[in-house]
Amino acid sequence: MSEDRRSGGPAQPDGVLLRAAGVTKLYGRRIGCRDVGLELWPGEVLAVVGESGSGKTTLLNCLASRLAITSGTVEYRMRDGEMRDLASLREAERRFLARTDWGFVHQNPAEGLRMGVSAGANVGERLMAVGARHYGRIRGEALDWLGRVEIAADRIDDEPGSFSGGMRQRLQIARNLVTRPRLVFMDEPTGGLDVSVQARLLDLLRRLVSDLGLAAIVVTHDLAVARLLSDRMMVMQGGEVIETGLTDRVLDDPQAPYTQLLVSSILQA
Amino acid sequence: MTDRTSPRLVLAGVSKTFTMHLQGGRAIPVVHDVSLAVHPGECVVLGGPSGIGKSSILKMVYGNYAATGEIRIDDGGEMVDVAAAGPRAVVALRRRTVGYVSQFLRVVPRVSARDVVAEPLTAAGLDPDEAADRAEAMLARLNLPRRLWDLPPATFSGGEQQRVNVARGFVTARPLLLLDEPTASLDGDNRAAVIELIGEKKRAGVAILGIFHDETTRAAVADRTVDVAAFAAFAARAA
Repeated sequence: MSEDRRSGGPAQPDGVLLRAAGVTKLYGRRIGCRDVGLELWPGEVLAVVGESGSGKTTLLNCLASRLAITSGTVEYRMRDGEMRDLASLREAERRFLARTDWGFVHQNPAEGLRMGVSAGANVGERLMAVGARHYGRIRGEALDWLGRVEIAADRIDDEPGSFSGGMRQRLQIARNLVTRPRLVFMDEPTGGLDVSVQARLLDLLRRLVSDLGLAAIVVTHDLAVARLLSDRMMVMQGGEVIETGLTDRVLDDPQAPYTQLLVSSILQA
Repeated sequence: MTDRTSPRLVLAGVSKTFTMHLQGGRAIPVVHDVSLAVHPGECVVLGGPSGIGKSSILKMVYGNYAATGEIRIDDGGEMVDVAAAGPRAVVALRRRTVGYVSQFLRVVPRVSARDVVAEPLTAAGLDPDEAADRAEAMLARLNLPRRLWDLPPATFSGGEQQRVNVARGFVTARPLLLLDEPTASLDGDNRAAVIELIGEKKRAGVAILGIFHDETTRAAVADRTVDVAAFAAFAARAA
C-alpha cells in the first residue's frame, strides 16, 4: 500500500498547473458563471463554495472541459511542461487528458462508475485507457487501489450496485486515482452521505491528496468540508466570485458581506 | 534583549478592525498601531486583560486574520510581509517557518492523536515512520497515556486535547512559534513539561510570541512582556 507514499506522484513541472481567465458561461440570457479567474498550482487544493445556484458546479464543468465556455480561457500545463489553451486541444487530446491526467469525482457515484461491471473492472478500465494490457498486473493494481480506499479484496468481482453509498464513492475515487492524475475535480464529493461515512471519506481524501501530491478543485456547499480539505477558498454567489483567500482566513475573518452571512449561518453541533 | 541578531518577527503599525456587514457595517476596532519585534531565542509575552486583542495579534501573525500595517517574518533569510502576502506564500510560511498552538484543538474526524501530531512532519516531507516515532516521543513527554495514541482526540478531555495540540506545535523545528494559552487547561506536572519544552526551543534559537494567562508559566518563560493595552483601539478613538 505504501511503497510510493512519499513519491509525491508524477514529476511536477514548475509553475501554475491550471489558469482560468474571464471564464463566462451563459445559458441563453441566464448567467451560469461570469468573469471567473483563478490559478491552481501543483499539489494545491482549492475549494469553491456557495449555495445552490451560485454557479460553482457550472464553473467546475467549464474548467474540466465538460461544458463549452461562452468566453474566457482555460489553460493547462500538459505533462510535457507546455501550457495549452484547452479550447485549442483536439477532441482526442482532451479525452485522453480527462482519462489520464485528470480525475472527476461526481457527487453521485453512479455518474462516475460503470454500474454494470465489477469493481475491479471499474478500476482496471481506466488503466487500460492508458495502455495497460497485462491482465494479472491490471488486477493487481485494481486490488491495491481497492485496499487504499478501504474496500475489502473479496469484493473485487462484485458490481457497484451491491455496494453502500460510501463504498461506491470510495470506488469512484479509486477509479479516478489509479492513473495517477495530477488534477482531480470533485463535485460535492461527500454530499448525500451519512455523517459517519462522510468523516471516513474526508479522512481518506485528505490522505490521498497529500500522499499523492494531487492538485484538486473541490466544489462544496459545506464549509467544514472546505476547511478540512483545502488550502485556498473561493466564495461564489450569483455566478460571480465574491471573495477568495486562504481557507481559514476566509472562514475566520470573512470580508465580504455575503461571506459573513454564509459563515454566520453555520449550525454548531 | 538580543540586539546582536536581527529580529525574526517585526510588527510595524499593525491595526485590526472588524467590519460587521450584517450589522449595518458596524466597525469593531480591535488593536491599533501595534509595533513590536521578537528575536531568535527570545520569548515575548503579550500581556493585558482578556478581550484586549492578544489572540487577534497572534492570528494576524499567522495569517488567519487579515491585517493592515506590516508583519515581517524572516523566512530563511528573506523577510515576508504576512499582511500583504498571498495565500500560497502564507501556506509556505506555515509549512516551514511559523508554528502556532491555538487555544483549542480543531479535531479532524477519525485521525488518531499520533497522526494529528505527526502530520506537520509528514507534510514537510519526513518519512512517516520517523514522523510517528517523533510524535510518540512528544506525546510521551507531555504524559499523554499511551492507550490514547491510537484514538482520535474528539473524545479526549480538554487537558488531553490541549496536550495533543501542544505536541503538534512543538514536534516541528519551526523558527517562529506562536503560543495562545498553551497551558490553560493543564495541571502542574504537565505545565512544567510545557515550560521545559519552551526553554528548549529558546535555547535552540526559536523566537516565541505567546499569551500565558498563568503567572507561574509567564514568569518561567517570558524574557519581556508587551502590554497590549497600549495598543487598545479605544486609545486611537480618543486621540
